[in-house]
Amino acid sequence: MSPSLARRARYELAGRVAGPLLVSLEAWQRRLRRRGRPREGPFGPPLESVRKLKELMTLHYFQGRYADGAVPVAWVTSGFPVEILRPLGFHAVYPENHAAMCGVQRIVPGLSDAVEAQGYSRDLCSYARTDLGSVATGRTPAGRLPRPDLLACCTNICQTVLYWYRALADHFRVPLVLVDTPYVYGEAKPHHLAYVRDQLEELVCVAERVSGRRVEPQALVEATRKAKEGTDLWAECLATAKQRPAPWTGIDGFFHMAPIVALRGTEACNAYYRLLRDELRDRVRRGIGGVREEKHRLLWDNLPIWFAVREVSTLLAERGFNFVCTSYTNAWAEAGSRIDPANPIGSAARAYTHIILNQDLPNRLGILRRLAREYAVEGAVLHSDRSCKPYSIGQVDLKERLAAELGIRVLLLEADHGDPRAWAPEQGENRLTAFMESFG
Amino acid sequence: MSGAVAIGVDVGSTTCKVVAVDAAGRIVAHRVEPTDPRIEPQVDRLLEAVRAEAGPDAPVGATGYGRKRVRAGRALTEITCHARGAFARVGCPGVLVDMGGQDTKVIRIGAAGEVLDFAMNDKCAAGTGRFLEVILGRLRVPLAEVAEQVARAARAVPVSSTCTVFAESEVISLVASGEPLEGIAKGLHQALASRVAALVRSAAGGGEVFMSGGVALNTAMVAALGEALRRPVRVLPEPQLVGALGAALSCAAVHLA
Repeated sequence: MSPSLARRARYELAGRVAGPLLVSLEAWQRRLRRRGRPREGPFGPPLESVRKLKELMTLHYFQGRYADGAVPVAWVTSGFPVEILRPLGFHAVYPENHAAMCGVQRIVPGLSDAVEAQGYSRDLCSYARTDLGSVATGRTPAGRLPRPDLLACCTNICQTVLYWYRALADHFRVPLVLVDTPYVYGEAKPHHLAYVRDQLEELVCVAERVSGRRVEPQALVEATRKAKEGTDLWAECLATAKQRPAPWTGIDGFFHMAPIVALRGTEACNAYYRLLRDELRDRVRRGIGGVREEKHRLLWDNLPIWFAVREVSTLLAERGFNFVCTSYTNAWAEAGSRIDPANPIGSAARAYTHIILNQDLPNRLGILRRLAREYAVEGAVLHSDRSCKPYSIGQVDLKERLAAELGIRVLLLEADHGDPRAWAPEQGENRLTAFMESFG
Repeated sequence: MSGAVAIGVDVGSTTCKVVAVDAAGRIVAHRVEPTDPRIEPQVDRLLEAVRAEAGPDAPVGATGYGRKRVRAGRALTEITCHARGAFARVGCPGVLVDMGGQDTKVIRIGAAGEVLDFAMNDKCAAGTGRFLEVILGRLRVPLAEVAEQVARAARAVPVSSTCTVFAESEVISLVASGEPLEGIAKGLHQALASRVAALVRSAAGGGEVFMSGGVALNTAMVAALGEALRRPVRVLPEPQLVGALGAALSCAAVHLA
């Protein structure tokens, strides 16, 4: 057997046999640990789907350990049209998703120290510092990340990704595909979309060369259909929280978004969201809430504070507050309406140019206003995220407008999505508590 | 005995305040002391003193950064308590600027005394009483004399740094270059006032501006803030006690209900 065939066999084995075995073992250990322990706290009963979510993501990362040399590997930004890479058999790695995992596990300061020692500024996005730190040190909660054959970067989420991925390209010495999306004022102009479409067509050429395969048009249509179905299913999951009580919390949503980010355009992703949607709808029918006693409904803007997500949501849930919608999780649901399987490249250009972070303030206000109304919220917390300037800029104006137009209470909360050193827990808790007290 | 119905404790970063209120919401006894790192024994001692004066049975409400260290029936944030205390004092909506040692709060108070919005300085001493304390300490200007010195200044010497540590170095350079101390002190007040004014604007809203907190006792600061806002600033009576008063009133409302 040739070395590449052996690697491929190992990759398949990891995905089909060893991975599922490992996942079952972990689930068994978890059940053993929890046996007999009564569930307390302000949250409703846990979602059954969580088990499947853990299996899915563990399997994805486990199989990824054996991906290089077996299948082409692409490292991609969260707003990249990954479905275009699916027909070529790429294993996609999302450094942002991986960095969020590092954030939850509170290992960002150590990884950041490593790159700060190389001269990177602490003012850089903590996702970028985490990823570059993980590359520099080899430390990752995933065990191992496969080496990329291709770097795919789209500027629809920020400009930092451009410099970050250039640093990765320099390190790994692999091709970097850059998709530059012009900032949208109002609605994207036809020449903007043509510019993005041209770059996506170029992406296909580069990705074909790297993978050594050709994109079959029908396969691309199929991957696009799956991506659209996935985002639509995700939108259906989120929409269940329009009911009272919301069957889950916005914080649950932050964790359950992992497949739509990292596995978009795959059947595994869609199967998972069918399961989750059905469970959420069932909870709605049975009146089961994400928070035991839902008294107040809130909107969350911006990324989560990954390292303190549980503390923040518990503090709020104890007083009956629930984040029933978040602009961040909604971003992956918005795209669905613009994706058209009949026109994979053209519709991807339109969908991915109109990502929330690539839109002007009036459009962002429109999205927040719509979410606030549809989910009937009484207040909003705008996370001013030190690491994500494009998301945080304009929030003072958004705060004033939301409060004035909708008559809701709005809090600006300073923190960071990954680096606990930029978060003052006592002060943050104090602001959130004062905010809740203002509801009477 | 003065018939206290509730006691409010406000454990701030600089001072610890305890007040007792009667059924009409009047302060019938109070104590103010620099905050001791050993919060519990200090609060117990102050409570004992206030109870001896105002009656032994009143329930306790706590606020301030040290509120979790107080054995109280009700603990609320400083935002809620300052709004409540200020509204009890003025009886009308408006914007409250509370300048304490550790932070500066701007609270927009509604027609029923409720908190409509608030903003606080974040993770930085610039814009707080501590900023003035540190820099004036470096200038050897006692807090009791600062207003008089600022009033004497022929002109304000601009201080551009907004960070306490950098401002201290800047002030040292200004002193070394022969700038008059009064002018530097005035410049400091203006720098601080411009920061607080930005915070006031971020919490938006019109109406009268009130001031509470220990820094409100510094008339130079009140004047500088009024100039920066181009609006009159009204200092609440006993400005240091407003938070503790609010804690006592909130506690009394629950207890009497």
